[in-house]
Amino acid sequence: MFPNSFEYIAPKTLMEAIELLKQHGYDAKVVAGGQSLLPMMKLRVAAPSILIDINNIDELKGWRNESGYLRIGALTRHADLEHSEELREQYPLLAETAVWIADPLVRNLGTVCGSLAHADPGSDWGAAMLALHAQVEVAGPEGKRQVPIDDFFVDTFTPALEETEIVTAVLVPTPVGRVGGRYLKIERKAGDFAIAGLAVHVSLASDGTVAEAGFGICACGPIPLRGKRAEEYLLGKKLTPETIEAASRLVPEDAEPADDLRGSAEYKRDVLRVFAKRGLSDIAKELQGEVVLR
Amino acid sequence: MKIRVRVNGQSYESDVEPRKLLAYYLREDLGLTGTHIGCDTTTCGACTVLLDGKAVKSCTVLAVQANGRDVMTVEGLEQDGQLHPLQTAFWEEHGLQCGYCTPGMLMSGYALLQDNPNPSEEEIRRGISGNICRCTGYVNIVKAIQSAANKLADAAEESGDSAKEVSTSGSSSD
Amino acid sequence: MALHQTELRPLGKCVGRKEDPRFIRGKGRYVDDIMLPGMLYMYLVRSPYAHARIKSIDTSAALQAPGVKLVITGEDLEAMNLAWIPTMANDQQMVLATGKVLYQYQEVAAVIAETREQAVDAAQLIDIEYEPLPVVVDPFKALEPDAPILREDREKKSNHVFHWEAGDREATEELFRNAPVVVKKDVRFQRVHPAPLEPCGCIADYNPSTGKLTWYVTSQAPHAHRTVLAMVSGLPEHQIRVISPDVGGGFGNKVPIYPGYVAAVVASLKLGKPVKWIETRTENITSTGFARDYHMTCEIAAEEDGRVLALRVKTIADHGAFDAAADPSKFPAGLFSIVTGSYDFKEALVEVDGVYTNKAPGGVAYRCSFRVTEAAYLIERVMDVLARRVGVDPAELRKRNFIRKEQFPYKSPTGWTYDSGDYEKTLALALEKIGYEELRKEQAEKRARGEFMGIGISTFTEVVGAGPSHTFDIMGIKMFDSAQIRIHPTGKVIARLGVRHQGQGHETTFAQIIAEELGLSTDDVLIEEGDTDNAPYGLGTYASRSTPTAGGAAALCARRIRDKAKKIAAHLLEVGEEDVVWDGVSFSAKGLPGKSVTMKDVAFAAYTNLPEGMEPGLEATYYYDPPNLTFPHGAYIAVVDIDKGTGAVKVRRFLAVDDCGTVINPMIVDGQVHGGLTEGFAIAFMQDIPFDDEGNCLAPNWMDYLVPTALDTPHWETDRTVTPSPHHPIGAKGVGESPNVGSPAAFVNAVVDALAPLGVEHIDMPIFPWKVWQILREHGVTE
Ligand SMILES: Cc1cc2nc3c(=O)[nH]c(=O)nc-3n(C[C@H](O)[C@H](O)[C@H](O)COP(=O)(O)OP(=O)(O)OC[C@H]3O[C@@H](n4cnc5c(N)ncnc54)[C@H](O)[C@@H]3O)c2cc1C
Ligand code: FES
Ligand code: FES
Repeated sequence: MFPNSFEYIAPKTLMEAIELLKQHGYDAKVVAGGQSLLPMMKLRVAAPSILIDINNIDELKGWRNESGYLRIGALTRHADLEHSEELREQYPLLAETAVWIADPLVRNLGTVCGSLAHADPGSDWGAAMLALHAQVEVAGPEGKRQVPIDDFFVDTFTPALEETEIVTAVLVPTPVGRVGGRYLKIERKAGDFAIAGLAVHVSLASDGTVAEAGFGICACGPIPLRGKRAEEYLLGKKLTPETIEAASRLVPEDAEPADDLRGSAEYKRDVLRVFAKRGLSDIAKELQGEVVLR
Repeated sequence: MKIRVRVNGQSYESDVEPRKLLAYYLREDLGLTGTHIGCDTTTCGACTVLLDGKAVKSCTVLAVQANGRDVMTVEGLEQDGQLHPLQTAFWEEHGLQCGYCTPGMLMSGYALLQDNPNPSEEEIRRGISGNICRCTGYVNIVKAIQSAANKLADAAEESGDSAKEVSTSGSSSD
Repeated sequence: MALHQTELRPLGKCVGRKEDPRFIRGKGRYVDDIMLPGMLYMYLVRSPYAHARIKSIDTSAALQAPGVKLVITGEDLEAMNLAWIPTMANDQQMVLATGKVLYQYQEVAAVIAETREQAVDAAQLIDIEYEPLPVVVDPFKALEPDAPILREDREKKSNHVFHWEAGDREATEELFRNAPVVVKKDVRFQRVHPAPLEPCGCIADYNPSTGKLTWYVTSQAPHAHRTVLAMVSGLPEHQIRVISPDVGGGFGNKVPIYPGYVAAVVASLKLGKPVKWIETRTENITSTGFARDYHMTCEIAAEEDGRVLALRVKTIADHGAFDAAADPSKFPAGLFSIVTGSYDFKEALVEVDGVYTNKAPGGVAYRCSFRVTEAAYLIERVMDVLARRVGVDPAELRKRNFIRKEQFPYKSPTGWTYDSGDYEKTLALALEKIGYEELRKEQAEKRARGEFMGIGISTFTEVVGAGPSHTFDIMGIKMFDSAQIRIHPTGKVIARLGVRHQGQGHETTFAQIIAEELGLSTDDVLIEEGDTDNAPYGLGTYASRSTPTAGGAAALCARRIRDKAKKIAAHLLEVGEEDVVWDGVSFSAKGLPGKSVTMKDVAFAAYTNLPEGMEPGLEATYYYDPPNLTFPHGAYIAVVDIDKGTGAVKVRRFLAVDDCGTVINPMIVDGQVHGGLTEGFAIAFMQDIPFDDEGNCLAPNWMDYLVPTALDTPHWETDRTVTPSPHHPIGAKGVGESPNVGSPAAFVNAVVDALAPLGVEHIDMPIFPWKVWQILREHGVTE
């Protein structure tokens, strides 16, 4: 299929891009990886009359470590994080998540920030960034602001973005202590959006207690959701078969899945429980070096 | 809109509508019909080409986005009348039936081997997981990519000996 | 270059494929690759409703849109008497809707413009007013007395299409009455779609100055398509040239004639220009030939020890809005009565009732045109249920009931005569190769630990090669097939056949057959198919019929040439014809050692040095009417592990042992099996086309109609036994559909076997993880 006709502009600076958005407002759309927008335009579900391609804006490219956080620029592709060996140690969840998204071809183009801006309930990055307690950096005519990831997803396909704003980066706080991360996902076929997915992030303080806990729930609600109860429960506790069991029972309580062709709400909740248990058990094994019985 | 694209090493200047998809530009404006279209949901990978060396689905890239960039299609695999080892391997291992997915598979296989010259079966299956084949059941495609990896390794070993000589004589930069 | 292409006696060897050099270079020529000067593009407007009256169609804005050349509606076609066309099943179907639409995505109008984009733009401007009507989705409800009548064009005022039955009712009932054991199961074979990677499409190129229509079309049956087009359009048949260029997979999807094809022809006739129509994937899945959709109830009567007595099957077949199945005239339910399978039932009764619903028409295909897949799945599934009930191992139960080797030719209770088979041997090989006993041991250990592992067996019988003209025709055309071979002076051969391959490798396998018969190499033989102007008439490639029919024609045609060649050889050897012997490579004279001539020598002589009075040249045509069908069979074994946490099923191993008679090219046979298994796997675990109550298609594209990737697909293992067909000229049987026919039951049997400790007897396909999870949780199993 073929998109409606539109005007195409590829600015070289962020300022220009924002200026264009200001000029055209609702008629304009930003394209980053194009792996969600172009398919929608081809099916004519989306039909912007101005397409602003941000791929030539150098300042949006790449990721870098800054003090206190990792800054993932808006043009960082899924594949960049999949292959980022340098980030494995401190940010294991990034590569763990990336490999589950679509397929290698889509991963070469699709961007982390585009996935967040698209605000699909099935966004794997949405779940991962919730688990990592990230901040979304947004630039508009009035300058830059940071939006906590919890406030960023307003509703299905609706991010907390003004028409004139662009996501410039997502900022992932540098974890303290020893870090473990797992992304667990069940799909109908490889590369599919999740039936249910769970991002698990844990860091342990030197005394072995949980210093940071993050659970991001994918495809089980109108937007990616935080497993808040489980996080609060785990903080300050050690990872033991009992605490893992208890935390994993709390994760589904924060999910809001619906019955659909992918499975019943009850099914998805139970899968989240199983995933939480598996993810935490694996992390415990990795960080504590002890085999935690399932 | 005017664009300038290098495709398989050759430069083209064209005037295209912004909504023209790269796949159709290659097929219809440049006559490179080896790049196929199999779906409308960015699922099948029949349209796979390399864009600046990375394998992408050309049905989900605009032709104008290729402006100033390098594209490689299946037609670019054969060099000076010599089939690429991947092409030969697909033939020898019966890695194709109807041939419709083949160009995309070859391009994904090519990109995979560039990044990972010695992939395991699992890595190959993952590497081509954006490419649907309805005919072969993948077994022989996997075999073909393995066989191509071996062929390339053998070739590299052979030319590696002579390349080493060249590089020792020219490695004074550090 | 490729393997064995220049060798003599190539039959049975892994000859490298002759078609590959163009495909690996990206130089295949598929319909959409063909660009003709001045070509226009067509796009179809489709109904958003599953059942609605069309109140008005306003095309005025579309006609004004940039680049638009023509808009066609059903009314325009009505004026040309083309609003309806016959289907291949003696029904008729709408080309563009008139009066009302009967399924979502039905074709309503066609827009022809200078570019593809313009055609789509203009289509959006067509304003159609619909009045929604009550929708019938469930075929059982369609048969209720107060159901809305969908087909107002038919005399019969009901949604019932046909009733068909085979077998002996009285005798069957009698056996059931007295049987010690009766098992009964409702089994659904869901609606699926073949979805080849290349969608359907065509270019209709009518040349007003010559009056000739050249029609490039994705066709598995170009000759039949030409005949049908001639009959419906009134164009003289010789003024239609159908060219089926390279076809990107078919699996039956490219057998019927679709509304888009006809609309493109009409547009080209009206405009005098080439018109291209290429459907989108969504259009392909939502409107072209779906497969299966059988609701079956199966009963087996047996002895206490599991020996079967009689089989009774009742089926509701959901045909959608039109009966567009491509079944032979006398077989509205295809060859479904093969449902007694590999087992020696004394009696059987098989009934099928076809029903109309508000869904897309079809029932054609998916690597098995004639309902053999439904039949094989049903019997293999319910044999496992029986095994469980009588407490006999499923492998053992099968052995107890197999038709024995010495019973062939075997007459089945539903009227088939099986040509040959050795079921025990095939199963024995499969059991040994997979290590059945060890697997059962492992399973017992796992069960003791509360783990779920399953082993599933399917020992199916296939029936292909339709077919003998006394019984088989499609729209009256007998189902023979043909070959025409010409040997040129230098001994090079061009052979043309009436079939049309879509990836099966005919350019290689038929060259092997002909080269074998003529003492040449595969390299010497060029196979051409798919152009009705120069290929002999034939019914096409589907239902695994090419090897049994055209393959037979090729062999016999070559033998006809060899007969003449022998006479020429006698002349060259200066002996009488009765003294000439053929050793497979050359002719020699009895008792004159060292003196011989090859086919190449003979070919040259056929044009340069003929015996007195002999007609020059060396060519022949052969129309082969097979005496019977062929009956390939196989033993498949699947091993699965179940994830108790998520219900996901992992196919750990899958072994397919096939017996397709004489093997022409083992490499190609393996490839066919790999592909068919992958499709069977997809059907078992992910594919379904469901509809909601309003008749909205819920799997209209490849986001929701799932096709497995390399990561999903198991690693296939294959092996073979060889029981040649006694009646086929080279003993071959055909293999393309076997893996799809045989595998779904193996997968499902394996999953059910894994869950058997919970008392599970059946799960309908596709086996999504949630279905397994639900069963586990219902029985208190959890992680
Ligand atoms: C076949 C297929 C399978 C997929 N499977 C998965 C999957 O399993 N899991 C998953 O999470 N995703 C999946 N995706 C989606 C994929 O990850 C996309 O890449 C991603 O959702 C969007 O990123 P993008 O850069 O391509 O965004 P685009 O398509 O360019 O844009 C998407 C939306 O975000 C807006 N946008 C993009 N960037 C910015 C920005 N910097 N500032 C403001 N607005 C912006 C656009 O205007 C548009 O509305 C799949 C996609 C395909 C085609
Ligand atoms: S055509 Fe299917 S992914 Fe591009
Ligand atoms: S060879 Fe036909 S789709 Fe792959």
